[in-house]
Amino acid sequence: MKEKLGLSKGKIAEARSLASGIVAPVLDFIDGHTTVTVERATLRIAGADGADADGVPVPNLIVDQLRAADPATLEGGALEGGALVHYVNALIRTGGGTADLNRRIAEGYRVGSEPLGDREAIRRKGAQLVDIGLGKVKANRMQRSAKMEEWKGRNNDPLLYLIVATGNIHEDVKQAEAAALRGADVIAVIRTTAQSLLDYVPFGATTEGFGGTYATQENFRIMRAALDAVGEREKRYIWLTNYASGLCMPEIAAMGALERLDMMLNDSMYGILFRDINMYRTFVDQKFSRMINSYAGITINTGEDNYLTTSDAYEKAFTVLASQFLNEQFGYAAGLPARLMGLGHAMEMEPGIKNGFLYELSQAQMAREIFSEHPLKYMPPTKFMSGDIFKGLAMDTMFNFVSKATNQGIHLLGMLTEAIHTPFMMDRYIAVENAKYVMNSMESFYDEIEFAKDGLVVNRAKEVLSQTIEFLHEIGEKGLLDAISTGMFAEVKRPKDGGKGLEGIVKKGNNYWNPVEEALKAGLGLPGRGRDYSASSAGDASSAGVAKG
Amino acid sequence: MANIVRPYGDTLDDGKVQLSFTLPVPDGPKGREAARLLVLSWGFKECEVVNSAAVSDDFTFYVAYGKTEIGVDYEAARADTASEDASMGMDETCAFVKERFGRKVVIVGACTGFDAHTVGIDAIMNMKGYNHHYGLERYSMLEAHNLGAQIPNERLIEFAEKVNADAILISQVVTQKDVHVQNLVNFIELLEAKGERGRFICIAGGPRISNKLAVEIGYDAGFGKGCYADHVATFVVKKLAEKARE
Repeated sequence: MKEKLGLSKGKIAEARSLASGIVAPVLDFIDGHTTVTVERATLRIAGADGADADGVPVPNLIVDQLRAADPATLEGGALEGGALVHYVNALIRTGGGTADLNRRIAEGYRVGSEPLGDREAIRRKGAQLVDIGLGKVKANRMQRSAKMEEWKGRNNDPLLYLIVATGNIHEDVKQAEAAALRGADVIAVIRTTAQSLLDYVPFGATTEGFGGTYATQENFRIMRAALDAVGEREKRYIWLTNYASGLCMPEIAAMGALERLDMMLNDSMYGILFRDINMYRTFVDQKFSRMINSYAGITINTGEDNYLTTSDAYEKAFTVLASQFLNEQFGYAAGLPARLMGLGHAMEMEPGIKNGFLYELSQAQMAREIFSEHPLKYMPPTKFMSGDIFKGLAMDTMFNFVSKATNQGIHLLGMLTEAIHTPFMMDRYIAVENAKYVMNSMESFYDEIEFAKDGLVVNRAKEVLSQTIEFLHEIGEKGLLDAISTGMFAEVKRPKDGGKGLEGIVKKGNNYWNPVEEALKAGLGLPGRGRDYSASSAGDASSAGVAKG
Repeated sequence: MANIVRPYGDTLDDGKVQLSFTLPVPDGPKGREAARLLVLSWGFKECEVVNSAAVSDDFTFYVAYGKTEIGVDYEAARADTASEDASMGMDETCAFVKERFGRKVVIVGACTGFDAHTVGIDAIMNMKGYNHHYGLERYSMLEAHNLGAQIPNERLIEFAEKVNADAILISQVVTQKDVHVQNLVNFIELLEAKGERGRFICIAGGPRISNKLAVEIGYDAGFGKGCYADHVATFVVKKLAEKARE
């Protein structure tokens, strides 16, 4: 890829090193803790599924019952060993398969009621369940790769990304099929507005939602099947996207990995800043969710666009770049390769700014050059979309232009009716046609155009990079947690012990056992924890079958 | 005196209207004729379907022009202008507050219920404001508290009591299945149950909120599209002065 801005390699390296230093102490905290949803994600990969008559999911029943039975769980009770040990133990005791155990649990059976049996047998059975669960994930990854290889070159570049959001999964399917047939490469099923704050993932197909559709494993399955059918017909892989964010980040990631989703909205700090979720909780959850995404070959999309809907896009451009650097470091720490990091940004400057288009071009080109292997997720104007649909279409056209001109990877199509209603079918049609027209007509633009050496575009990028380094220095001095709590990001202040989900954090004890985590770490080449369940209880450090990093 | 007006294309009273819509039919001559008949059935005297395009196998998008003879009496239209007054800018509002009340006016705002969109309340309250209109936080004689999104009604009331608010602003962006109305109504009911409706000036806002709707469900005013902090501030301080006189 041709570089055009003459950005200092030294400065870029300095920014990366600052970001790495900022993230390091947070990683120490993360590795010493688990959360209720990390436990539930672990259970889900091992086979826990279903819900009771009241709709409470089986993984929640297990974790909640274990914690209720031992209120000291937070500091070292039943959950300290991890929830999975009890599930596996119950599986051995009841003698059936996971489907049978799930049904029993849904009917009132408590896995915690059984005394723990032979640890070696539990360890072996656990390893077997993990092999089955992660085996499915691996098979999905291979299926995706095979299809992408088979239909190579048939997707748009950048990938055209469209959102459906009717609340009813069956209606979503119709809209998604129409969008994919028109040329969309990526379909995102936006979630119902309250879901990020639910500490459980609803079960089954759903037909009611506000501003979106519930993310459930069954809904994933329904949409996956529909998009696969369109893909076969069009000989083009259609990517399915959902949101591994909110209070159930790792569980959504697990469900997406099991049902072959291809992208997940998955930001390291979004939940803290924009959903008021506790920061410790989010940091622990994001790592586990990202390990799953990475293992599953799922491309994450980060949420830097949100900074710009809250703050001014011109003045605060550096906060986007700073967040991209932090998301990148958190991503590497969770085993994500650059090619799976769709770092986010957006075209949100006030349209009345003189030369605003050049500043947008500069920002997008800068991201392209600094994150040269990352797909980059580019978001359309929303904040200044007014209800004037004709002006809106013009703004979206400019956005399409910038995206193609700077080789973005994932292009979220702007809607001319943004700020009026959730998109109509024809709004999406107009958006796809617009993008295809613009991008086809400027296919080789990137290689043809260079920027004036000391011109506006080049100088603006240098300025933003310098501001970013300064900002990262300030964060580094304060520490990331204090930086967030004093409002350095998005002008939002979040106290360390505030926000939702704090009570769901559990310190890992010496006996903590999570073979899913260990297998993920081994598969991703990440350093593991020093001890595991078998080593401390049975004195068997060899732990065959359960990979250790 | 009546003043009948009709849509204007390029000649007075030509009645030209631009339409676009989607029908659940495949693209083709039959679909275009159906679209034309549909437009005529709406009362248009002429219709030309200028474009049709397949959105999918079973859906087609049409652009059409119609000609109408129906007019409206402009003089008879009554605009809802209660929330249109932005006569006082930031400095004037602050001067007014200083002179009339001799203290800061306290305003609490939030996006309530499950609605996670802060864009509306931020546009009105944040220091920076929106589109070159400073937000309430920048007004030196206002004490503005922006609680953000997904705030339960109960918590908003509690907070307003705690800081002894003069006015409460509620933003609602998500309107699917009328969830915003239920949420707004529930807030007023809670206040009434506590006997505190008269204590606060209550204001609803959002892209789909009109003053008419807001007043109907028990608010003092509603602010929709195109309203800025100036509108809200002007209304609040004038209303407060009015209340003080009573």
